[in-house]
Amino acid sequence: MFTEKDVKYIASLSRIHLNEEQTAQFSKDLEKILSYVKKLEQLDVSDVKPTSHVLPLKNVYRNDEIKPSLTQEQALKFSVEQHNGSFKVPKVIE
Amino acid sequence: MNYNELTAHEILENIKAKKCSASDVYNATYEHIDKVEDKVNAYVRVAPKEDTTSSIDETASTPIPIAIKDNICIENKETTCSSQILKGFTAPYNATVIDKLKNTGAIFVGHANMDEFAFGSSTENSSCGVTHNPWNLNHVPGGSSGGSTAAVAANEAIWAIGSDTGGSIRQPASFCGVVGLKPTYGRVSRYGLLAFASSLDQIGPITKDMTDSALLLNILAGYDPMDSTSANIDVPDYTQSLVNDVKGLKIGIPKEFFIDGIDPEVKDGVNEAIELLKKQGASFQEVSLPHTEYAVATYYIVATAEASSNLARYDGVQYGQRKMASETRKTKLVDMYEETRAQGFGEETKRRVMLGTYCLSSGYYDDYYLKGLKVRTLIKNDLDKVFEECDAIITPTSPTTAFKIGEKAKDPLSMYLSDIFTISANLSGIPAVSLPCGFSKAGLPIGLQIMAKPFDEQMLFKIGYTYEQQTPWHKKRTQLT
Repeated sequence: MFTEKDVKYIASLSRIHLNEEQTAQFSKDLEKILSYVKKLEQLDVSDVKPTSHVLPLKNVYRNDEIKPSLTQEQALKFSVEQHNGSFKVPKVIE
Repeated sequence: MNYNELTAHEILENIKAKKCSASDVYNATYEHIDKVEDKVNAYVRVAPKEDTTSSIDETASTPIPIAIKDNICIENKETTCSSQILKGFTAPYNATVIDKLKNTGAIFVGHANMDEFAFGSSTENSSCGVTHNPWNLNHVPGGSSGGSTAAVAANEAIWAIGSDTGGSIRQPASFCGVVGLKPTYGRVSRYGLLAFASSLDQIGPITKDMTDSALLLNILAGYDPMDSTSANIDVPDYTQSLVNDVKGLKIGIPKEFFIDGIDPEVKDGVNEAIELLKKQGASFQEVSLPHTEYAVATYYIVATAEASSNLARYDGVQYGQRKMASETRKTKLVDMYEETRAQGFGEETKRRVMLGTYCLSSGYYDDYYLKGLKVRTLIKNDLDKVFEECDAIITPTSPTTAFKIGEKAKDPLSMYLSDIFTISANLSGIPAVSLPCGFSKAGLPIGLQIMAKPFDEQMLFKIGYTYEQQTPWHKKRTQLT
């Protein structure tokens, strides 16, 4: 069972605030989807290698060369608040 | 003659013969948008006519009006994934595909509507309103690239580009009666595409016929140092594969794809297409993809896990909207994250981010995410095995024609199951195309899906083009006024 307590925990990991009504609704939705997903339990995959990616790529490196890129000013332009050339956020600790 | 109803290859012939100019085509397209866009809502933003007109290059190789899905960055244009959280965000650079299109003179008509962050199969999950199917305005256009396919079907653009993570180009192409192609994973650069599931996403062309699809893929395809997952493999001229010949080709029909619950009219449409290709000399054999029934479950683990990670960046710090918690709640950093995402994300986005977070969370990773990756291997192996014997596979694109607006909106799982036939191509990385193969009695288009081996898009063009030479479906146009 996927309980409302589970939903609250997952919502906090996901950094999404939910109200009580949403918590109840998502608990129903996720319970339904996860019980459908459980059909994978029918398969024995103990000897199967996982596929995280379909191309045979390992680490892709580029030469360590400086190329044109966004300036600090351009990169900061899209943020809500800046301070002394940095992103400004609400306080982290009391 | 209405220029906006033509294909690009017809327009280019007309321009060459000096029967019309690129501006004529753009003006006809823009005037038509003015007339029908209120009914269709294909676009989230249409570029101002004055700006666009001044940038038209009459001497360019393909000065074709094109709609761009709202998850592909155009420099200095708002690009939002049809989400509130990115409202006001203007892209600081062009996606590689946009630069490539620009170099050929393509005319950017506007950003097309989509399910928020491409999460959906109906374009109902957009924060910019629902897009309507141009063949019947009470029905959905499919999704998530429903704005792009509706724009082409409604003659509000000659071309469009979309992105396909589990069927998001092919399923709406099927619902809107246009050609939508998902290239092989790695064929087209994704630099500048806002990521959904990075091991599955692929950009591809949406057009009125296979010839235009080849022209547009010729522009989009190719290696890009800015996308480390793009493949450094030569790109053929796809127009060379537009040949009316399928003699000797072996095509597989997976028995698992003709399941109960498939709309009989869809089944008939696809079977007629198979008969027609048989007459042209292709041979068909029944094949088995035994793990098909696990594809949707696998996809919703892998795709949501990757999405939950990719969407972590929308936190109100570097770009997009920031929302502070109300006074009754705390005002620390984490409260800002939670409130920004609570207000900025739509319901389906929250559902998927939470599902993905759950599948990756401590204690559940092995049972869900790792298991999903292993079943993905089985699904890929099934396809590899079929392609040892067959040149291509033919299936319906979706089990039904376009459903009614609102019909599946309250049941996420039934919505997910409308992608059952398209997902395997993403999980295994192979190319696949949907093209129209008839209409239901109610007048809604039916889509035929062709899948081929990795980097063998030529096979899709060969079979699709041959089919088009024998059929009228790709010449049908909607008549909205």
